[in-house]
Amino acid sequence: MTAFEAAGLTRSYQLEGVTVDALRGVDLTIGDGEFAAILGPSGSGKSTLMHLLGCLDRPTSGVLRVGGVDVSTLDDTKLAELRNRMIGFVFQSFHLLARTSALDNVALPLVYRGVARADRRKRARAALEAVGLAHRLDHRPSQMSGGEQQRVAIARALVGDPQVVLADEPTGNLDTRNGDEVMALLERLNADQGVAIVLVTHEPEVADRARRQIHVRDGLIERDVA
Amino acid sequence: MALEALRVNRLRSALTMLGVIIGVSAVVILVAIGTGAKDAIEDEISGLGSNIILVVPGQLNFQAAPTQSRLDLSDVNYVRRVVGDPGRVTVSVQSGENVRVGRNEAFVTVVGTDENIPNVFERPLKRGRYLTETDIDTRRRVAVLGSEVSEQLFGDLDPVGRQATIAGVRFRVVGVYEKVGATFGVARDRETHIPVTTAQRLLGVQRVNGIAIGASGPDVIDSLGQKVVDALTTRYPDEKFSAVTQTQLLGTIGTVLGMLTGVLAAIAGISLLVGGVGVSNIMLVSVRERTKEIGLRKALGARQRDVLGQFLIEAVLLTTIGGTIGIALGVGGSLLIEALSPVPASITLWSILLAFGVSAVVGVFFGVAPARRAGRLDPVVALRAE
Ligand SMILES: Nc1ncnc2c1ncn2[C@@H]1O[C@H](COP(=O)(O)OP(=O)(O)OP(=O)(O)O)[C@@H](O)[C@H]1O
Ligand SMILES: [Mg+2]
Repeated sequence: MTAFEAAGLTRSYQLEGVTVDALRGVDLTIGDGEFAAILGPSGSGKSTLMHLLGCLDRPTSGVLRVGGVDVSTLDDTKLAELRNRMIGFVFQSFHLLARTSALDNVALPLVYRGVARADRRKRARAALEAVGLAHRLDHRPSQMSGGEQQRVAIARALVGDPQVVLADEPTGNLDTRNGDEVMALLERLNADQGVAIVLVTHEPEVADRARRQIHVRDGLIERDVA
Repeated sequence: MALEALRVNRLRSALTMLGVIIGVSAVVILVAIGTGAKDAIEDEISGLGSNIILVVPGQLNFQAAPTQSRLDLSDVNYVRRVVGDPGRVTVSVQSGENVRVGRNEAFVTVVGTDENIPNVFERPLKRGRYLTETDIDTRRRVAVLGSEVSEQLFGDLDPVGRQATIAGVRFRVVGVYEKVGATFGVARDRETHIPVTTAQRLLGVQRVNGIAIGASGPDVIDSLGQKVVDALTTRYPDEKFSAVTQTQLLGTIGTVLGMLTGVLAAIAGISLLVGGVGVSNIMLVSVRERTKEIGLRKALGARQRDVLGQFLIEAVLLTTIGGTIGIALGVGGSLLIEALSPVPASITLWSILLAFGVSAVVGVFFGVAPARRAGRLDPVVALRAE
């Protein structure tokens, strides 16, 4: 099985009459259980590619299959369900709900899956334990360090048993020690549970920990090193 | 979850609710006053007695001048035969006259009538007796005074057995009515009843102004009224007669006051609408502020309808909480008005339910546009928003 299969993927934006080609024809296959890093200069199209893979956005042209399904055949509702079922997101700026406890933040994806409250809380607690935050269940994001917040976000990405975790610069806002911890967590997730990890990063030492490096430049894949 | 969102911006939520609170409490109070007024007037009409039919000459038309009556006592006897039970029919001849007792003088409504007054109207006695058949037959100069007339002419004295001069003629007081209040501005406590025969001679007339019938039950009122009108029309083919019943009066007045209440409620409803616009406005601001949150929820698998539902629930919660507070204030305000002012106010369940329902509907109506905007946000754009 392949997690992602992209062929001739393009994405252009219209900005005040000017067309910006963020992606100009990307062919890419990422298999189940892979651990890949996407590298490239700023503005090269890394985040755009992540958004397409994560079904948050639709390509301008080209074909994208996620878990074998051609996403162009899915409407917005089906796409949302696919995201919920298949993909876990980790963002550079964590994106936690500010006035909500860690437990409820982690349980959020299960709300949209229609899981009952008690079950939600049980699974969210297990996910928080897995990232080593069993003692922070009732803390709000403002009461936690950046590293802890990102671990909460990873727990939230895990809680729905996704096939892939997409992480856009997950260590970008963290110091080295916290960044290491987050990376270790992702590696363990990949090794123990076989979850495919695709992460965007600027930092070579982070990229080196992945088994595959995909270099993007000007909206094209320049180099793909396994 | 929705409550949580409202609690975050406590002051803003409270101010937004204020519009709804004012609108709802205004609806509740104005409807209570309208209903109170209606109840009061209906009480007045039913206070006359029950199942009363008034037979009057001419067509019942509030704009037309009253028709000159050509009914006389023989017609009253005719109506008695038509009705079948003479005791249920009474009569009136009216005129405004001066009444004098010693140096006290009063201008009162002198009503010539008969012994059947208590059978038809609710008119309890305080002292003495009613007019009797003999009073009528022998054209006695006796009078039964309304409570106010008695007070004005005799003060604290018991007038029964004393003399009073009506239009220059000496009468003996035989009874005093209990206070009954006014009906349609007719001050019934300012009436003085004398035998109809005596009144006709005193005023120099043959006619009577009207005939009143007390029907045996509510279900025969309409048919009996029609029967009497038909009988009189047969007797005088060129004339028109009308039967006015309490049900008709209640119906007409009820309609008018119902409309008035409706208009008041509609005016209050407009303020509720303005409150709804406030809710809409605040929800739009809230959607803008929480763009990132919406993007995140969508990334985690929220469908358009999930996000739409979330914001719609928040809007409805705002308006129904506001509505509930408004109802409490409206009920409290109505009770205060009832207790502290002469304005009657009567709280009805329907106005409360309606106010609550309308505030929920206002929430949905004014929440839908902002909620749809939230639901349709592009997740990528929303996530990138700062
Ligand atoms: N919504 C948008 N509208 C217009 N242009 C956009 C939009 N999103 C991205 N772009 C443009 O597309 C190009 C690629 O952007 P993208 O965010 O994918 O870059 P990136 O590789 O993630 O950069 P960085 O390392 O700075 O995060 C950029 O030129 C950017 O300005
Ligand atoms: Mg980026």
